Amino acid sequence: MLSVENVSVDLPTPRGNLRAVDQVDLTIGAGRTLGIVGESGCGKTMLSRAILQLLPKKAKLSGRVLFDGQDVVRLDRERLRRLRGRSLAVVFQDPMTSLNPVLTIGTQLIETLQEHLELDSVVAKRRSVELLAAVGIPAPEQRLMQYPHQLSGGMRQRVAIAIALSCEPKLLIADEPTTALDVTIQAQILELLAQLREKFNLAMLFISHDLAVISQVADRVAVMYAGSLVELGSKLDIFQTPCHPYTRGLLKAVPTLKTDRALSLPTIEGTVPPSHAALPGCPFEPRCADRVPDCGKALPPLVEVAVGHWARCPVINPTR
Amino acid sequence: MATLELSIDEDVAVSPVKRTRRLGPLFWAAIAWIILIFAAAGLVGVLPLPSPTDMDMLERRAPASALHWLGTDGLGRDELARLIYGARISLIVGLCAPVIGVTIGGALGMLAGYFRGRFETLVVGSMDVLLAFPPLILVLAIVAYLGQSIFNLTCIIGVLSIPAFMRVARAATLTLARREFVIAAQALGATHARILLRELLPNVFLSLVAFFLLGVAVTIVVEGALSFLGLGVPPPVSSWGNMIGEGRESLDVAPRLAFIPAITMFLTVLSFNLVGDTLRALTDPRQGAL
Repeated sequence: MLSVENVSVDLPTPRGNLRAVDQVDLTIGAGRTLGIVGESGCGKTMLSRAILQLLPKKAKLSGRVLFDGQDVVRLDRERLRRLRGRSLAVVFQDPMTSLNPVLTIGTQLIETLQEHLELDSVVAKRRSVELLAAVGIPAPEQRLMQYPHQLSGGMRQRVAIAIALSCEPKLLIADEPTTALDVTIQAQILELLAQLREKFNLAMLFISHDLAVISQVADRVAVMYAGSLVELGSKLDIFQTPCHPYTRGLLKAVPTLKTDRALSLPTIEGTVPPSHAALPGCPFEPRCADRVPDCGKALPPLVEVAVGHWARCPVINPTR
Repeated sequence: MATLELSIDEDVAVSPVKRTRRLGPLFWAAIAWIILIFAAAGLVGVLPLPSPTDMDMLERRAPASALHWLGTDGLGRDELARLIYGARISLIVGLCAPVIGVTIGGALGMLAGYFRGRFETLVVGSMDVLLAFPPLILVLAIVAYLGQSIFNLTCIIGVLSIPAFMRVARAATLTLARREFVIAAQALGATHARILLRELLPNVFLSLVAFFLLGVAVTIVVEGALSFLGLGVPPPVSSWGNMIGEGRESLDVAPRLAFIPAITMFLTVLSFNLVGDTLRALTDPRQGAL
């Protein structure tokens, strides 16, 4: 349903061109969830903004983003506007800032419904109450009259989800929707998203830096590093037979209940290379324990190591 | 996951607590004063007042009497009638000029803050040019060229207040335009017009209204200052400013002629400020929570 083909995003900065997203290819089928995982600044959010065509004005985008067969990048403004909200929806990280602080919950929900579905105000209001109930908000009718600051963080995120789902989109882009919430609320929101996905047959692009969260929601997982896709596979591929050294490093760094507290957690040595000093070879090469001399010369291609499991590493050894 | 299973039929949750806030006698006194001034200015035609321009040379600077409640001025004109007719001028200029400023300045500021780029440079630049002129000399030049009239005066003060409103609106828009709820609205398919009017305006509105009421107060004072200098409304029409100006000549024999309009102006300006502050505090839904 959504296919991202060879998408790159360049941001001009005073210190030169910054390649935020580097030739990414992805697809999401109807009703499926793709998780994108990676550390801060690896281009996760830029990729989601590229899909929505909400990049900063100066950013340059190349490649194609096909949604139901039409190229979103080349859509005219009016068609794009109708696509957003109706077919594509977003939930942002911070529910404190993604709701307008001076409008009531009701105003924000009802207006979206009236605008996109051309409902009259009575029907729109009834539907808003249903939506709030669907995202698990008690006493939805009273909530309609409240302002965002009168709700808790979890409630606000539920409202943001209700607004995103108001027009029954086909694809929901969730950009770290649980990062600003505490762990119990996070579990509730993930549960809710899973329920709603069943109910509305929703495809999801779920962005997070939290491997545990990704493992809970995603069918397929894409790992990003310094703007490029380093590994892509099913949830089992990524979590049980990770191929790329970066993915392996990430998984090793996840603490579990069995982790010996006396030892310090394993980390990945070094830091992310600055994106405007792009390396000719693999971006992970300077930090990689398994590197071979060829790694620094050219960017290795994505190799299919198993059916549907791709990794961008020439030193692949899935058994390790 | 208890909340997920909550049935909405139970309807146990409490309704939003009604905000009960005591407004205090000062607020009501200010409201009463504004209503009084507006009523007097509005009903000036039907009130049994002597003409504000009829001179009675035998009754110059007469003290208060049954005929002249507040006495007469230096030319024997009824002080109360002049005060009420003057209220009309002060209120018309005082309200209309900031309306010009808040409409044009607010719109320009929001557009500049939202779209940025060359348009913003142009707007900010031209406002700086407007600010660089000494205002009093500008008013003097324009009044001399176009002639003294209430309409001209309102327009000039209004235009001169545009830069201030522009700056307030632009500053507020700049901080809001990159917030996530604006991006969220874009992601929901909102047009630029819709984002400006429905998402940003309600946020910017509070600052603009607070500044507008301050603008009313300032304009009444500015109009008074201009009339005092003889640049305001042309005589024999009265305004609070030129009443103070004329009263100055007889400050030693009848100080009330300058003080009565001065006190009226003071109370009106104070009332506007008080009401503005209270209304803003009452209608601001954020309460510092976000």
